[in-house]
Amino acid sequence: MAVQIPSTTVPKVSEGGVVEDIFFTALLQQCQVNQAAPQWLKDIRQQSKSWLSRLSVPTKKDEDWRFIDLSSLTTGKFVTVGAVRPKGLLKDTASHIASRPKGYRSAYREAPLPETENSRLVFINGIYNDELSNITGLPQGIYVGSLANLPNDYDAAQYFAQQPGADAFTALNTAGGDDVAVVWVNKNVVVDTPIHLIFITNSGQETGFTQPRTLVVAETGSCITLMEEYIGTGEYFTNAVTEIFVQGNSRVHHTRLQQESDRSYHIGKTAVAQERDSHYTINEINLGAKLCRHNPEVWQQGEQTETNLNGLVVATGEQISDTHSIIALSKPHGTTNQLHKCIVSDRAHAVFNGKVFVTKEAQLTDATQLNRNLMLSPKARVDTKPELQITADNVKCAHGATVSQLEAEEIFYLRSRGLSEDDANQLLIDAFAAEIIDRLPLKSLRNSITQTIEQKVKH
Amino acid sequence: MSETILSVRNLTANVDGIPILKGVNLDIKAGEVHAIMGRNGSGKSTLSKVIAGHPDYEVTGGEIIYQGRNLTDLEPNERANSGIFLAFQYPLAIPGVSNLDFMRVAYNAKRKYQGLEEIDTFDFEDLIEEKLEVVKMKSSFLERSLNEGFSGGEKKRNEILQMALLDPTLTILDEIDSGLDIDALRIVSDGVNQLRTPEKALLVITHYQRLLDYIEPDFVHVMQEGKIVTSGGKELALELESRGYDFLDDKSGDKSTVGVGV
Repeated sequence: MAVQIPSTTVPKVSEGGVVEDIFFTALLQQCQVNQAAPQWLKDIRQQSKSWLSRLSVPTKKDEDWRFIDLSSLTTGKFVTVGAVRPKGLLKDTASHIASRPKGYRSAYREAPLPETENSRLVFINGIYNDELSNITGLPQGIYVGSLANLPNDYDAAQYFAQQPGADAFTALNTAGGDDVAVVWVNKNVVVDTPIHLIFITNSGQETGFTQPRTLVVAETGSCITLMEEYIGTGEYFTNAVTEIFVQGNSRVHHTRLQQESDRSYHIGKTAVAQERDSHYTINEINLGAKLCRHNPEVWQQGEQTETNLNGLVVATGEQISDTHSIIALSKPHGTTNQLHKCIVSDRAHAVFNGKVFVTKEAQLTDATQLNRNLMLSPKARVDTKPELQITADNVKCAHGATVSQLEAEEIFYLRSRGLSEDDANQLLIDAFAAEIIDRLPLKSLRNSITQTIEQKVKH
Repeated sequence: MSETILSVRNLTANVDGIPILKGVNLDIKAGEVHAIMGRNGSGKSTLSKVIAGHPDYEVTGGEIIYQGRNLTDLEPNERANSGIFLAFQYPLAIPGVSNLDFMRVAYNAKRKYQGLEEIDTFDFEDLIEEKLEVVKMKSSFLERSLNEGFSGGEKKRNEILQMALLDPTLTILDEIDSGLDIDALRIVSDGVNQLRTPEKALLVITHYQRLLDYIEPDFVHVMQEGKIVTSGGKELALELESRGYDFLDDKSGDKSTVGVGV
């Protein structure tokens, strides 16, 4: 059987042609067409809109959505909220986060990551905010800013919305999005400073709807560290899409932090196309949102590409966190390593489906995939579905999944050294998370995420 | 007369409802080294875990008095913090917990219990650096995850390093010699001997006599079917070595040997 890569992500078109989906239609009506946008962008948005009009919201009958129930999202009424007063916003968001009953206080929140003070773009409710952004710390040879300000010699049309694996939510973002964050590194430019994109939703009394969109182009031989962060307050729906083009021999190290409000919905797509000899690493941390769904999708399109997908989910209370990843290898000598870890407590629910496609041409592939789950409560739930589809005959591929609880013998060992039961449990939970957190690029970030998780799982 | 550190009286204990300890009596005074020998399954390791407070072991009768205090109601961490240290037969490897952080947390737990201020990372590093000498360990061991990827000998040395750091009054070595080559055995025993003082006591649980050439006991007890069936001086260990445990079978019906000799 031939492996057909993108087919699994193309949503079904409703039988009988045009049946407008009420949810998507209502959301699209909220979105304003930016008349100042270039024609090519308006065209793409229009195409997506007409495609979307033939799609319906996925349900549990769709294989890729069968573990979670979207009805609480799709019956909600959301409105787009425009720019808000930026003054004190980071601080307000910080204090709001600090006041959450479950505890989300993290030290850096009052002053987000000092290391990125001069390499930061801030979007509020999907709109670029000049006042809070500061990119003076970046070198020549890189553009970081809004698409609206992108110089004409950059051909964004060549990349925007050009990844495989489209689905309804991605189409919704493309059709109705407004601003686009662009990170574009020129050929052979190496940027040491991490580039920090912060998407804040603050919809006030409204039930907000925002569609952050990011386009990253790492030209041949370039190297960047990218940090993408989602935070917010109140009840809202974030539908985020990030496209990353990793050209020949370039390296992108990507961190994705999802710490949305615990009353929010977060649906995200990270689509990555890799050319030959390139390296792409993502470390994603999902802590927030009432319901989170993230789809990291990596398309290896050249020989000897390397992909590392690492994920950490911490779900507590009634949270639902679903990760559906795709890594598609279509050329020889590709390498992929995936480690996805979930800590699930209370009545929370974590889902993992990781697809690895190895086509016939992708000989000498070396692929590993591991999903490890730590369950802290008998009412917690984990669904895991690692999936390899291989047609090449000379490859090394391994995958697996584990579900475990805290080990009584390990707890006793620690207690026999004087640690209280709570401290012993905490140390083991930290240790489970550390395998992913240790891969994050900044010490302040590692510390703050560790603290945040400690407070989140504490009862 | 020296102070009694540990006094075990008619101790019985179950695991999963099955009686394992069936009336153990043992007195250990300050400055003494006691060895408990016996076959696999005789209850030696169970005794050590019961003293340390393992939650899977249910004490069904008798008492454990440590420094005049009944241990039965104390949590494992309270026992540890009041000066009982169990060196594990199989120390657990915990990926993601750095050896250094683990030891600092353990050390500070004890200080907190004693009402002392916790010490900071820098002072702790100086302290642990001194202790490394005891077991001839390199400081690079501290950077690694707790026991992860350690050889058998390294794990046991790491146990003795923790003993050196936590400075216990009563140390129980549960088969510290199992699986060690002669060099590692020497390093481990040297470490233990350096830490001996007249105020402290040592309970050495072993299957083999060889360890007792390095850590010399004052008393040797033999356990069989959940009881101490015979006790004597260090020559008892040599007798066991030459005659094997089989000679006990002849004695086992003879109740008069129980608790003899200490």
